[in-house]
Amino acid sequence: MEETDLVILWGSNAREAHPIFFHHVLKAIHRGARLYAVDPRKTTSAQWAVPGTGHLPLYVGTDIPLANAIAREILAAGLENRSFIENATSGFEEYRRSVEPWTLERAELITGVPAEQIRELAHAYARADRAVLCWTLGITEHHNAVDNVRALINLSLLTGHVGRYGSGVCPLRGQNNVQGGGDMGALPDRLPGFQHVENDALRAKFERVWGVAIPPKGGWHLSGMFEAMEHGEMTALYVIGENPANSEADQHRTVRLLSGLETLVVQDMLLTATAELADVVLPAAAGWCESEGTVTNSERRVQRVRQALPPPPGVRDDVEILCDLARRMGHDLGNPTAEELWNELRALSPAHAGMSWTRLEAEDGLQWPCYDESHPGELYLHGRLWARPVIGPRAPFKAVEHDPPVDELTDEFPIRLTTGRHLDSYNTGVQTGLFASPMRKGGTVDLHPEDGWRLGVAEGDRVRVTSRRGSVVAPVRFDSGLRPGLAFMTLHYPDQVATNELTIDAVDPGSGTSEFKATAVRIEPVENAQLAGKQETHGSALHRPRA
Amino acid sequence: MTFQDAPDAKIPVPRGPVPVVPPPRPRRAVELTIDGQSVAVPEGATLLEAARQIGIDTPTLCFLENLTPVNVCRICVVEVEGSRTLVPACSRKAEPGMVVHTDSERVRLSRRMVLELLGSSVDLSTAPQIAGYMERYDAHPERFGPPAPPARDHERDLARPGHHPAPHNGQTATGGQPVKVDNELYVRDYSKCILCYKCVEACGTDAQNTFAIALAGRGFEARISTEYDVPLPDSACVYCGNCIGVCPTGALMFKSEFDLRQAEAWDESRQTATDTICPYCGVGCTLTVHVQDEKIVKVTSPIDHDVTNGHLCIKGRFGWEFVNRRE
Repeated sequence: MEETDLVILWGSNAREAHPIFFHHVLKAIHRGARLYAVDPRKTTSAQWAVPGTGHLPLYVGTDIPLANAIAREILAAGLENRSFIENATSGFEEYRRSVEPWTLERAELITGVPAEQIRELAHAYARADRAVLCWTLGITEHHNAVDNVRALINLSLLTGHVGRYGSGVCPLRGQNNVQGGGDMGALPDRLPGFQHVENDALRAKFERVWGVAIPPKGGWHLSGMFEAMEHGEMTALYVIGENPANSEADQHRTVRLLSGLETLVVQDMLLTATAELADVVLPAAAGWCESEGTVTNSERRVQRVRQALPPPPGVRDDVEILCDLARRMGHDLGNPTAEELWNELRALSPAHAGMSWTRLEAEDGLQWPCYDESHPGELYLHGRLWARPVIGPRAPFKAVEHDPPVDELTDEFPIRLTTGRHLDSYNTGVQTGLFASPMRKGGTVDLHPEDGWRLGVAEGDRVRVTSRRGSVVAPVRFDSGLRPGLAFMTLHYPDQVATNELTIDAVDPGSGTSEFKATAVRIEPVENAQLAGKQETHGSALHRPRA
Repeated sequence: MTFQDAPDAKIPVPRGPVPVVPPPRPRRAVELTIDGQSVAVPEGATLLEAARQIGIDTPTLCFLENLTPVNVCRICVVEVEGSRTLVPACSRKAEPGMVVHTDSERVRLSRRMVLELLGSSVDLSTAPQIAGYMERYDAHPERFGPPAPPARDHERDLARPGHHPAPHNGQTATGGQPVKVDNELYVRDYSKCILCYKCVEACGTDAQNTFAIALAGRGFEARISTEYDVPLPDSACVYCGNCIGVCPTGALMFKSEFDLRQAEAWDESRQTATDTICPYCGVGCTLTVHVQDEKIVKVTSPIDHDVTNGHLCIKGRFGWEFVNRRE
C-alpha cells in the first residue's frame, strides 16, 4: 500500500473505520501517491483526496453507473491494458458493449458526480503504474452488493491493476476476524480453507477426518435464516458472538422473529440485546484477550491471539463450551488446545498447511495461501493472471447494470438516509459503549445545514425520522460533508436511537447483506411535548427527490 | 484439466507463482571507523545505526525508530574527527572514511551536562530509562540546587505563542506545574516534559496526521500545546494515544496508569505484557495488553510490528474497558 501510486477508497471511510490502515495510505500520500474517495459524504478520509477533484460525491446506490462510466472513458481513450485483457480475462466483448451507453454526461446525470471528475479518475487510474482499489460497506451494504463488487473488479481487470506488487483490489474487512471466520468455514457453502461443500472430493476428505457425514448442500446465510424463521422452517438458533437484535436491518421484524423461536441460545461475553431475548445464555470469554487462538485480518494474515488474563469466574472459553455441549450430545471431542485445533485445520486446508504454530509465533503471522513449511505466504493474490499462458481459469469480466436502491425516494419519504461508523465506536456499541471516549457524539441524525434550515431546526434539536418500517427520535447534528437531501446515522447507540428500526432488509441474493446504506425517510421537527412517542407529526417534510 | 472458461466456485483455484517484493534499490556500502572498529553500512545509514550494528549502545531520548529524527535532545552526540562540534548520531549520515568516537571524554561530558540540565529542570521520576543514563554518565542534577516551587494551575499557559515575556523566576515553561486532567483517557503532566517533540511528530506526519499539538512559545516559554491551549476535548485530538506511546518521560500518561499511580497501586513488577490482536476492525493491529491483578491497565503496540509500527487508534488503545467491567 505504501508503495502504490494511486489509491481509490470507494465506499470506505478508512480514516475512521480502519484508522491504522489509513496510516499506511497517508504514508503513500506523503510519498506522492494520489487518493481518490468515492463517497456520498465528504468524510475525514475524503479530506485527504486530491484537492478539488479527488472526492467524488455520488448519489447513494449509483456505484455501478459510475464504475461503468469510468470503464467507458478508459476504453474511449484507449487506456485499457490490452495484453492483460487478452491473456488473462474472459467476457471482455460483452462487458465492453454493456458499458458503451455510460457516457460521462449520462453518468453525471445519474450519479451527481461532475463529468470532468469522472474523466479525471478514469485517466488517473488507467495511467497509474500501480493502483489499489479499496472498498468497504459503502459497496457491500446494498441489495446489489455482489454486482457493485463486480463493477469494481471489472475496472481492475480493464487496467491490469490486480495481482502485482502495489496494484490490486482490497476489500477492507470490518471486523478483526471476519476474514478468518469465512476461511474457517463459517459460510453457508464452505468448509474450512474456503473449500466448497458441494465438491464431493473435498467433502469426502473432511468426512474421513471428522468421521461424520456432512450435508452435501450449502446452507442458509444470515438473511436466509431470518427468511426461514419467517416461514417456520427454522425454530432454533444458536448465536455466538453476534448481536442481530441490534445489528440486523428492520429491527422490528428481527426482534419479532427472534422472539418467536422455540429455542434461542446466545453465547457471548456481554449480555447483549439478543442475549436478553434468549432462553439460554452461555457466558463466554473475551476471545481476543482471554483465550488462545488465531484471527485473520484483511490482508489474509493469520495472527496469534493470546490469553492476557483469565476470564471472570463462571465464564468459559468458546471452544470449551462447544466441546462440553458436544459431550452432552454424545460426541466426545476431547479438550483440544488451540494448537491442536490449528493442526487439524492445517491437515485439511492446503492454503494453511505451511503455517505451523511455531512459524505463526516466530514470523508475526503469515498470509495465506501458505502451502508448505518452506512457503513464505503470499503478499498479494492473483499473480497467476500474469503468467503466460495464464495459470488456471481466466478472470471473468461480468457486465452489471444499474439497479437503484430498493427503498424508493418519494414525496412521502424524500430524504436518503445512509449509515456508517464513528471513529471511537464499533458496530452496536456493545464493547465500545463502555469506555469514556471524549469524542463520543451519541446517537444523532446528521444533516446538511441547509436541510436544518429548511426544517427550522438547530443543532441539538430533536427530530423524528420515519421510514416505511419504523420511526425514531434523534437530536440533529450538522455536517457540511453531507449534501442537502442526504442524512447520516450510525448503529452504535441502539439504546438511544434504534437506527435499525428504519433500515430495510432488502437483501443481496448472493451475499445475504441488507441495504443498510440506503433508506428512504422523512424528517420532521419534534416539539418537546411530543417526545413521548406521538407518531402523527406531518409538517415541513423535506422535498428532495434524489440524494 | 483445462481452465478456459470462467472459474467454477466449487473447484479450488490452482497455485500461481509466489509473489515477490521488488528488491530495494541497491545501496553502496560506506566504510567508517567507530571506536577503533571498522564498520560498513549502506549509504544513507546514520551513525546511530552504524554504532548499533557493531553493538555500541548509544543513548537516545528524542529518537525513535518509527519517527523522523529531529535531533533536539543532544544525548546521542558523538565526536567525529575533523568536525568542530559534536554531531547527533541519530541523524548524521555515515560518510566514507569517517572516524567516530562514541565514548570520548568530550562525549561523556556533553551527555552528562545534557542529563544534568534536564534533571535539574524536569521531573524525571517516571523516566527509568533516563535514570539509567544518569548513572552511566555520573550525572548529578542536584548540584544545580533544589527545584523552584511549582507554578499555579495554568500560570504556565498565560504567555501567548510568539510573545517573549520574561522567564518565570528563571524557570522553563515545562517546569513544575499541576497535571492537566481534562478527559478520562489520558493526562498531560508538562512538568515532566523534556520537549523531545516525539508527541508532536506522532500526532503529525510521522503517524497520526491529526496535528492536534505543536510547539508553542520560544526559549523559556517553549512548551507543547494544543491550539490556543484549549483542553484536549476542545482540540483536534482524536485520542489515538500515539503521543503517549512515544513519550519517553511519562509526561503523557494513560489515565488508567495515572490513577493507579496516584493511589500508589501501580506496580510494574506485578504486571504481565501479552501480545494479542485488537478485537475491532479487520486491520489486525497487535496489542500488547498490560495486566495487573487480573485487570487490564494499559494497551501498547510493538514498534517493530508491520501493521501498526507501534501506533494504534482510540478503539484499540482504549476500547478494552468492557473486559474489566464485566461482573
